[in-house]
Amino acid sequence: MKSHNLITMDDVSVDDIDTILETAHSFKEVNERAIKKLPTLRGFTVINVFLEPSTRTRTSFEIAGKRLGADVINFSASSSATEKGESLADTAATLDAMACDIAIVRSKFSGAPAILARRMNAHIINGGDGMHQHPTQTLLDLFTLKEHLGKIKGKRVGIVGDISHSRVAGSLAPGLKMMGAEPIFIAPPTFLPAVPEVLGAEVSYSLDEVINDLDVVYLLRIQGERADGTAVPSMREYSALYGMNRARMDRLPEHAIVMHPGPMNRGIEISADVADDPRSVVLDQVSAGVAIRMAIMYLMMGGDQNGAAA
Amino acid sequence: MALLLKGARLLDPQSKIDQSADIIIKGGRIEKIGKRLKIDKGDTVDIKGKIVVPGFVDMHVHLRDPGYEYKETIESGTRAAVHGGFTTVCAMANTDPVIDTGAAVESVLGRAEEEAHCLLFQYGAISRGQKGKHLAEMADMLAAGAIAFSDDGVGVQNDKLMRTAMEYASMLDVPLVLHCEDESLIGGACINEGIASTRLGMKGSPALGESLAVARDIALASLTGCQIHICHISTKETVEVIRQAKAEGVDVTCEVTPHHLLLTEDAIDSTYDTLLKMNPPLRTEDDRLALIEALSDGTIDCIATDHAPHAPHEKDREFDLAAYGTVGLETAVPLLLDRLVASGEISLETLIERLAHGPREVLRLDHIGIEEGSIADLTVLDLKEKVTFDLNYFQGRSKNSAFLDQSAKGCATDVLIGGYWALRDKEVTW
Repeated sequence: MKSHNLITMDDVSVDDIDTILETAHSFKEVNERAIKKLPTLRGFTVINVFLEPSTRTRTSFEIAGKRLGADVINFSASSSATEKGESLADTAATLDAMACDIAIVRSKFSGAPAILARRMNAHIINGGDGMHQHPTQTLLDLFTLKEHLGKIKGKRVGIVGDISHSRVAGSLAPGLKMMGAEPIFIAPPTFLPAVPEVLGAEVSYSLDEVINDLDVVYLLRIQGERADGTAVPSMREYSALYGMNRARMDRLPEHAIVMHPGPMNRGIEISADVADDPRSVVLDQVSAGVAIRMAIMYLMMGGDQNGAAA
Repeated sequence: MALLLKGARLLDPQSKIDQSADIIIKGGRIEKIGKRLKIDKGDTVDIKGKIVVPGFVDMHVHLRDPGYEYKETIESGTRAAVHGGFTTVCAMANTDPVIDTGAAVESVLGRAEEEAHCLLFQYGAISRGQKGKHLAEMADMLAAGAIAFSDDGVGVQNDKLMRTAMEYASMLDVPLVLHCEDESLIGGACINEGIASTRLGMKGSPALGESLAVARDIALASLTGCQIHICHISTKETVEVIRQAKAEGVDVTCEVTPHHLLLTEDAIDSTYDTLLKMNPPLRTEDDRLALIEALSDGTIDCIATDHAPHAPHEKDREFDLAAYGTVGLETAVPLLLDRLVASGEISLETLIERLAHGPREVLRLDHIGIEEGSIADLTVLDLKEKVTFDLNYFQGRSKNSAFLDQSAKGCATDVLIGGYWALRDKEVTW
């Protein structure tokens, strides 16, 4: 991989992404075995530095690290010095002194992984920073999209929801663009960043106007506190304009899929029957998450794509 | 004791002088200017190759004293000022406690007599505790020696309170120095709303959050007749609002910082360098060019540094949590000489107007000129002397410079205050 760390999508090349997806493919097969554990990263230490609550991403990294045989330690805000006022720079220096090989960081502040990268020798993986990026989510999304649609290039992906506050969208749009797909943000202007083109996406205010041409509908989770009249009038109105429901499902091309990074708000951005529809690939994204994170850690520690399933 | 400075270029657009000549300084004033001057008693100093200009004033600094002495003190901040080429600084009121009473003003000015390395003027707060709710005792502070009033650090949000403050200040015939920021639009965002905020996934601070607040204050100044000065303007729209108000005869002036003249949001990359976190935030290249144009055409009256010292632990944090601001006193003159004057973007005369005359006119300080009879508050420039802003360069207590480790050609090598050396060959001597 071209970079020591994976903090933004700029840290990977198109070749890197291809390699990660191929490697993940072989790890996916490992995850389907009865005995899922490999000795590949035995002796390496992986630390999950989670400074805001997250169960799904932390668990996914933890399983990925353990399946590769690494020692995985969870460092979470509630149990850590950060609650006592320690700065992130000091936390990073402290963890560095304990000599770990990979540190995954999740923070509600954009740019937090850059602080760890300055203070630690370990490879830093961004597990989601503020409203900035979430690159492992993007890689697992690309993997899932490719598994279902055969290729990424040329696919038209509608990303629907609160784009401006979404680190998922912050990585996904540039990631899709790199791979030759066509991301399109679908949201009211109150949910868009100042200059959406910076992220490489087109913009539409109307899901109904573009839904006929989409290969993927990617729904973002709507935060309750932003649908209280400060950005959109209500959950009800948001759901009516941008929610994925049966009527819209019927207008979506036959081959198209529905994705969601989780956790879903059933009845808001996605209706219950769409969530459980065969064309909803949400659980495939979750499984892909483990394989992708295994692939990234494995490649970071010097593995090559051929040795993956050894 | 007389002092004879020989052979320098004397430059001051207001005194209409630009020639090589000698100056005799006696009794704190310029006694004589001429060729081949001699004195019977006193020092004769050859400063051939250098430029003598009216002493520079920084009308917007944070000395952090009292309350935040770990960042800066009256002593260290004024030392930095002299080192950077200033004869005079004006300290903002957002200390702890806030300077919002006559007693507090008196305390700072009393200490300045003992501790300061240069002339220090003190602002009083507009509102008690700078809370934006009740007027502070302006008349009492004025009697104690406050130079003007400012809630800098925060904007006065309440329209009614600002109107009341302007009416009251106009009775006292004293300027209000205004930090203009509409908090409902900005809402704690710490980076310009635009390309950088999108790229970095940060909440954006819209340019309108500044220009709308400036437009309100101009409307209120127009209503009340109060003299107002707008701090650290940063956007093209603000320049336009002020240009128009000046044309209409409103008593408004403004300042710009060196960092808004020299840096843009493009400098903030994926390392999230908090030394570039400012309030107002760094804007776009369009804004920067509009500021430089306004500096030349006189829409902008002053350059002020908004010197904002902070301890390392307050900057070495997540961008959202880091303190706002950069130190500026020791970098302003070299940077402006190197990057605006030497490059031809502004003239040396414009620089002198905006650093020496502009602030004195806004705050009604004594006129200083390169002319016989003027008080000898002088700055001496060397356009060939190179400086590097490494950690050892700074004499202030904090080193949080947006220009850390950069170099510039040209600096102030000497400063005279009332005819006494405050800086001599780059060493602080007062």
